[in-house]
Amino acid sequence: MFLRSAARFLTSVAFALLVAAPAHGQALLNVSYDPTRELYQDVNAAFAKYWQKKSGQTPSVRQSHGGSGAQARAVIDGLDADVVTLALAYDIDAIAQSGLIRTDWQKRLPQNSSPYTSTIVFLVRKGNPKGIRDWPDLLKPGVQIITPNPKTSGGARWNYLAAWGYAQKQPGGNETKARAFVGELLKRVPVLDSGARGATTTFVERGIGDVLLTWENEAYLALDETKDKVEIVAPSVSILAEPPVAVVDKVVDRKGTRAAAEAYLQFLYTPEAQDIAARRHYRPRDQAVAARYASSFAKVKLFTIDEVFGGWQAAQKSHFADGGSFDQIFKPIGRR
Amino acid sequence: MTRHSSNRRRVLPGFKVTLTFTIAGLVLVVLVPLATIPARAISAGPHALLLAMTDSRVISSFRVTLTTAFAAACVNAVAGPLVAWVLVRYRFPGRRVFDALIDLPFALPTAVAGITLAGLYGPNGWLGRPLAALGITVAFTPLGIVVALIFIGLPLVVRTLQPVIEDLDVEIEEAATSLGAPRTAVVRRVILPCLYPAWLTGFSLAFARAIGEYGSVVFIAGNIPMVSEIAPLMIVTKLQQYDYAGATVVAFVLMAMSFVLLLTINALQGWSARRLAG
Repeated sequence: MFLRSAARFLTSVAFALLVAAPAHGQALLNVSYDPTRELYQDVNAAFAKYWQKKSGQTPSVRQSHGGSGAQARAVIDGLDADVVTLALAYDIDAIAQSGLIRTDWQKRLPQNSSPYTSTIVFLVRKGNPKGIRDWPDLLKPGVQIITPNPKTSGGARWNYLAAWGYAQKQPGGNETKARAFVGELLKRVPVLDSGARGATTTFVERGIGDVLLTWENEAYLALDETKDKVEIVAPSVSILAEPPVAVVDKVVDRKGTRAAAEAYLQFLYTPEAQDIAARRHYRPRDQAVAARYASSFAKVKLFTIDEVFGGWQAAQKSHFADGGSFDQIFKPIGRR
Repeated sequence: MTRHSSNRRRVLPGFKVTLTFTIAGLVLVVLVPLATIPARAISAGPHALLLAMTDSRVISSFRVTLTTAFAAACVNAVAGPLVAWVLVRYRFPGRRVFDALIDLPFALPTAVAGITLAGLYGPNGWLGRPLAALGITVAFTPLGIVVALIFIGLPLVVRTLQPVIEDLDVEIEEAATSLGAPRTAVVRRVILPCLYPAWLTGFSLAFARAIGEYGSVVFIAGNIPMVSEIAPLMIVTKLQQYDYAGATVVAFVLMAMSFVLLLTINALQGWSARRLAG
């Protein structure tokens, strides 16, 4: 079991090194976050066929995966990404602030530049021994929760905001109560991994904790891999996670890959790619595709980050920046 | 002793070439990268320096790093000499295998060590489960950090002491005994003084290595802010938040610690060598 996770870790490191090698020809580099490996493997194969028919070129798309923040930093530091497909808009904003992407990036593609969405669900042990059905059940005595560190993981920020938003939207809910709820929740976290994939490994392979807060697509992937060990519980309310995509202007203009890069991102909105996304358990934006896969996604009341938190910049500042609500929750622990 | 100031007296040629390589290599590989850290920290400005250093999360991460590294180095300072002594002085089946195994923590990627230890000491692990029954949790607590640091530090102490123990002349111990020295006196007055400088070096190497260790620790630490977050993790965390200045400041403090530590140990060694000679 540990060997497998170790091997997986080593291959991902080797792969990261491989894709970090200098570009050859017209290969596109898609720098993405942790759980999209399988999605983009399928998308890239479909895009290669589509683009060859359209332009006669055979594009190869290379992938790089890691924590969303770390990936954004790598691009800022000079990783030659043609496109970035990250976990949250804040990370692409950070790249835009460095001047590599035009600041109006989110308006250039439909639906806030998010071709697919996801949400945050619970993964529990088979048979749901702790009887976890919704957010309040997480605070039952003896329940241990696994979620990554929101300072380093995009997925963890969605987890955190989903829990906060749930508490705030309850009858009589307000910021004080939401802070108390999230604080109680974090007290039940025995280990803060740095990324979503690491947290999944901790929960599934090492068997630690009773419930994993994670991306819906990541939960389904874990389910597919370990049929009899876990099951998915969808809470009544959760957050609409919109992982955005953008062309890295400075890089494509220098490499002359703008046409292919833009076609690649637009391809994500086609029924074909939407179908792939749905099969990989991302919620498709395309109405027809969504209708076809309606039964494979749980009915969850979804709220957006704009509606509850006023967008990513505001959410980042009040919750995850130094001195934000996450820090404040942990400060008193040190004085115990 | 005459000084070798000209090449004529050397048996092997190539002094200038090798010296050039040595200096160029040291400057490029060691000096320049190390110099950029204080340079960056200073360019961040005194305000950022102060802000980063007074952050309670950063302070507690240094506390965690220093206490766990010290604890692990102390354990290794006791276990290391024992292991080295056994491997040098006794002959037993499998000795060579054990001797080779000592280097494993060096050769193993630290992440693998971390994953393995976390699995072993985790609540469902071979060792974690019986320990949990005794009320001891190792994985995802500061104790887990100490375990990982003992693992990576042990070979440093053993390998530093081994050659010194090999050089010890058994005849001197025999002479001391035949002159009527009791066993404790042989250990205290004859053996330990010879081992002392190497023992200090081994301890300091293990301590310095433990302060900087990241790969194996993050898997077993739990990484809970204020409790089990180590200083090197703070660097990574700050970088993830695009806080380059804050990350550099933490790096600078870690570097300064290593420096002070190594200088202190060098001074101690010089002192003990002089004492031995005199």
